[in-house]
Amino acid sequence: MSTLLETVTWLCLIVNSISIVMLLYRAIKGPSNPDRAVAIDTIGINLISMTGILAIYLNTSMFNDIILLIGILTFIATVAIAKFLERGVIIDRSRD
Amino acid sequence: MSIMLFFSILAPFIAACLVPFLFRYKRTIHTGWLVLPIPILLFLYFLLQIPNISGGNNIHLIINWIPSIGMNLSFYLDGLSLLFTLLITGIGTLVVLYSIYYLNKKEKLHNFYVFLMIFMGAMLGVVLSDNVFVLYLFWEFTSLSSFLLIGYWYHRERSRYGAFKSMIITVFGGLSMLGGLILLTIMTDTTSIREMIESKESVINSPYFTGTLLLILLGAFTKSAQFPFHIWLPDAMEAPTPVSAFLHSATMVKAGIYLSARLFLLFGGSDLFFILVTGFGLLTLCWGSYMAVRQTDLKAILAYSTISQLGMIMAMIGFGTEVAIFAAIFHIFNHATFKGSLFMIAGIVDHESGTRDIRKLGGLMTLMPISATLALFGTFSMAGVPLPFLNGFLSKEMFFKTATQISPTAPLVDQLFIIIPVLAVLGSIFTFVYSMYFFFQTFMGKSKETLEIKPHEAPIGMLVSPIVLVTFIVVIGLLPNLINEPILAPATAAVFGTVPEEHIAFWHGEINTPLLMSLAVVVLGTLLYLTRKKWSHVYRLLPGVLSANKAYDAVYEGHLRLSRKTTNMYMTGSLRHYVLYILLFLVASGGITLVVTDGFAFSTSDVAPISWPEIMVGIVMAIAAIATVFMQNRIAAILVLGVVGYGLSLLFVFFRAPDLALTQLIVETVTVALFLLCFYHLPKLDTKKQSTGTKTVNILISASVGILVTLVAIASHSSKRFETIAHYFIDESHHLGGGDNVVNVILVDMRGLDTMFEITVLGLAALGIYAMIRLRKEEEID
Repeated sequence: MSTLLETVTWLCLIVNSISIVMLLYRAIKGPSNPDRAVAIDTIGINLISMTGILAIYLNTSMFNDIILLIGILTFIATVAIAKFLERGVIIDRSRD
Repeated sequence: MSIMLFFSILAPFIAACLVPFLFRYKRTIHTGWLVLPIPILLFLYFLLQIPNISGGNNIHLIINWIPSIGMNLSFYLDGLSLLFTLLITGIGTLVVLYSIYYLNKKEKLHNFYVFLMIFMGAMLGVVLSDNVFVLYLFWEFTSLSSFLLIGYWYHRERSRYGAFKSMIITVFGGLSMLGGLILLTIMTDTTSIREMIESKESVINSPYFTGTLLLILLGAFTKSAQFPFHIWLPDAMEAPTPVSAFLHSATMVKAGIYLSARLFLLFGGSDLFFILVTGFGLLTLCWGSYMAVRQTDLKAILAYSTISQLGMIMAMIGFGTEVAIFAAIFHIFNHATFKGSLFMIAGIVDHESGTRDIRKLGGLMTLMPISATLALFGTFSMAGVPLPFLNGFLSKEMFFKTATQISPTAPLVDQLFIIIPVLAVLGSIFTFVYSMYFFFQTFMGKSKETLEIKPHEAPIGMLVSPIVLVTFIVVIGLLPNLINEPILAPATAAVFGTVPEEHIAFWHGEINTPLLMSLAVVVLGTLLYLTRKKWSHVYRLLPGVLSANKAYDAVYEGHLRLSRKTTNMYMTGSLRHYVLYILLFLVASGGITLVVTDGFAFSTSDVAPISWPEIMVGIVMAIAAIATVFMQNRIAAILVLGVVGYGLSLLFVFFRAPDLALTQLIVETVTVALFLLCFYHLPKLDTKKQSTGTKTVNILISASVGILVTLVAIASHSSKRFETIAHYFIDESHHLGGGDNVVNVILVDMRGLDTMFEITVLGLAALGIYAMIRLRKEEEID
């Protein structure tokens, strides 16, 4: 692997990490729960990118599943949290 | 023929199994009649053994039971055992006969005779066992059956109290005795009593000698109601009178005496044995007779009298001279005769007049002449009145004689042995007083009108047993040598080791010290009896707070209170506290182990390089984890905790574990969703105000748990002892498992069993959740 590519992946990883730290600040600080939910969702996106960069860095295709999975899960999780915040329940009971 | 010995013990147990059927299907006959043949046959069998035993042919029988631990049914019939078997079966016969008339057919007779037969078999087992563990087995059987018999009228509160008390005390002693017997077994490397006596040297020279002796004597003293363990016996008087006559005068309370006598050859020579057995015997003698005078219940007088007489026998065993042993054995026999008859008379008085309270009784002489005559012989024999036709006098006189003749072998006793005859006389004076009190208050004086039933003479069937016993009193009083040669001599030989001379002929002759002591007892006793109203207030001073009953109740109550307090102290019902104990124990045991075994190791030789992104992720996780603790609402806490979970999955990616990362992501998401599901139903997180003390403790504990686990992890990483077996999996997974994903090959091929049970766990959890939700719903409908 060329030095340039390695340096770039490194830089990307570090930038991503800083991004996660900043998101963490938002997740902890709040001030409201929707703020936190968005922060968590964005952390998920950052995980996707970090996993992708790591796959390049480690020269493997084994992590591609993880990338897809994080995508789905963060979506589900965010929807669930959003629904909870809005209505208090995640799964509605049947209305009859 | 020796196998008969085994069946003689087994017979009462078999009878006990059959009694309920007899009771059920033969309702017209009193069950006692059907039980009666058993003790009679046994008595005859043991009578027939007399020529054998007095001829020196002891019977020995071993039946293998658990040979691997030396526990065999080993029975041995020698003189001492024979004396006891004759007492057990003989008085057993009389008691069964008496109980037929005493107990109404409406009583629960099947219970009574089952318990009585178990007791008889157990008691025969105690006196015939040569194996210490079998001895202990039967010993506890007697405790158990005594418990059942005392609590026979279980609807009465006092019966239950008495039964419980006797059980606690005798089982306490029995367990101590077991400890002593086990020590003996270890010291001598045998479980047979006779072989133990043969290897006496190894016991006496053992460092455990004192402890062994104390433990065994504790067993003997509790069973034989020696001071201060005598307190169960007066409360055991709640039992039906036949039981009191049989168990609590003639047989069971002599089991401790039997044990002391049986092990006399083992311990006899030691000073400690002399001091303890003599000391406690004399103390019991004096205290028992002193306490007997204040009782107002006929059976209570007899109970304290039994205690005092047992003390006397125990003291004689303690004296340890040949004459003393002989006298002890003679008195065992005599006491069984007169005390048995007195109990039966007390029962008759109770039965025919409706009360046992001596203050309500009086003037029964003319109404119950036969009982009164029998009581006269019994009480006078018990008092040791110097009349030539009373056996109690003979043994009492021998007691005085031995008390004056003790050779002071022990250095400590050299100064004290003068006090022994004084105590003996003192105890005997009170014995005289309560004996007279018992007789004159009940049968002489004016008859009182307060009785509910018009007193009348008992039916003849009830009188037969005491008549037989009183006949023994007189016959042995007149012709003591009748039982000397066949019974007493072999028994003394069995206890002491040598055959005694004819000591019993000493009862007449010149005026000697023992006779003078007896006369002094009579004179002083009469004086004290006549003036007893003047000094009865002494009783308010002396037992007072020193009463052993108060001590027992205080110990019992205090024990209950203490345990309740202790339990309430730590069983708070708060999960928080229990977790605290668990973690404290973890930290303490783990930490101490680390320090004591010097188990901590730290080496950096095998450490992988760390990259900046990894550090960053680690820091993020740490911050998120710490932040979770300080979150003010639940949603925020669970969201921030989610960051930790996602961070962990990223770490898995860093460490090249894609399967773990996948699973971790899914599990994390599902967990968050589940938490959110539950939260809807939970109240708002209440920020409970905790004291700074509690907070500090919690912080300290959580920090120490974290530190401990970290230290253990570092230590275990730093000390790798063996090569990893991972290479095998990597090399073989394609070849053996047919897959390239090593993790999955391990999960389903190499170690598929684990996976199967984890699937089971998940299945059970799902079922459990379903059940909890559904069942609760149905209950709510109700």
